[in-house]
Amino acid sequence: MEIKLKVDASGLSCPLPILKASQGMKTVEQGELIEVIATDPGSVKDFAAWATSTGHALVESSAADGKFRFVLRHK
Amino acid sequence: MTAEVAPKPKKLVIICYSGELEKTWATMILASTAGAMEMETTVFVTFWGLQTFVKDKKRITGENWMQKMMSFMQRPGASHRPLSKMNFMGMGPWMMFKLAKKYNVSKPKELLEMSQQMGVTFLPCQMTMDMFGLKREDLIDGMGDPVGAATALQLMTEADSTLFI
Repeated sequence: MEIKLKVDASGLSCPLPILKASQGMKTVEQGELIEVIATDPGSVKDFAAWATSTGHALVESSAADGKFRFVLRHK
Repeated sequence: MTAEVAPKPKKLVIICYSGELEKTWATMILASTAGAMEMETTVFVTFWGLQTFVKDKKRITGENWMQKMMSFMQRPGASHRPLSKMNFMGMGPWMMFKLAKKYNVSKPKELLEMSQQMGVTFLPCQMTMDMFGLKREDLIDGMGDPVGAATALQLMTEADSTLFI
């Protein structure tokens, strides 16, 4: 399924990656996917917690070349 | 066929009591993140906390000389918060903001604005407004109606989590 929105949170510190993701999620429809790229190592656990709390599904959480990639589906 | 019932959102209440930079920062980080986590978030703003919510461009507030003197001695506004330790006439906060910029950390004022966009409710304490001589037009736009301790306590007893900062 195609990514509807890409959010680049590279270089941003807590809690900005989550805030940017939340703002982005509000612009897409139910079932659509957003991708977030972050460099904050804390964001790995934070995105899992955010997904649990909001109910949006964390479809992918991966790391490569010092960057973290999260794919989330709007609930 | 049964309709799917959305789970009830978690409720967070923060009592924003302190006006120092370090505590204001914690309040704003938690309030904005709670908003992003789609928690129903209310911040009751009282005593020195309310100084943070006076418009940045306001210099002197109050009606009588003592209230005016208080605002003169502790400059109000989210961008003018002192550190409780190592303030050094504003050198401490200046260095903190330099570091925040270097490490891409949002300032309290930016987090406050994002909190408001995310639907976080900020309620000013009526008694504090009276004591410091603060009027609604002295405070930033978008705050709720002034309330008292009973409202704060009622919100706290119904919340899933409460913080006093």
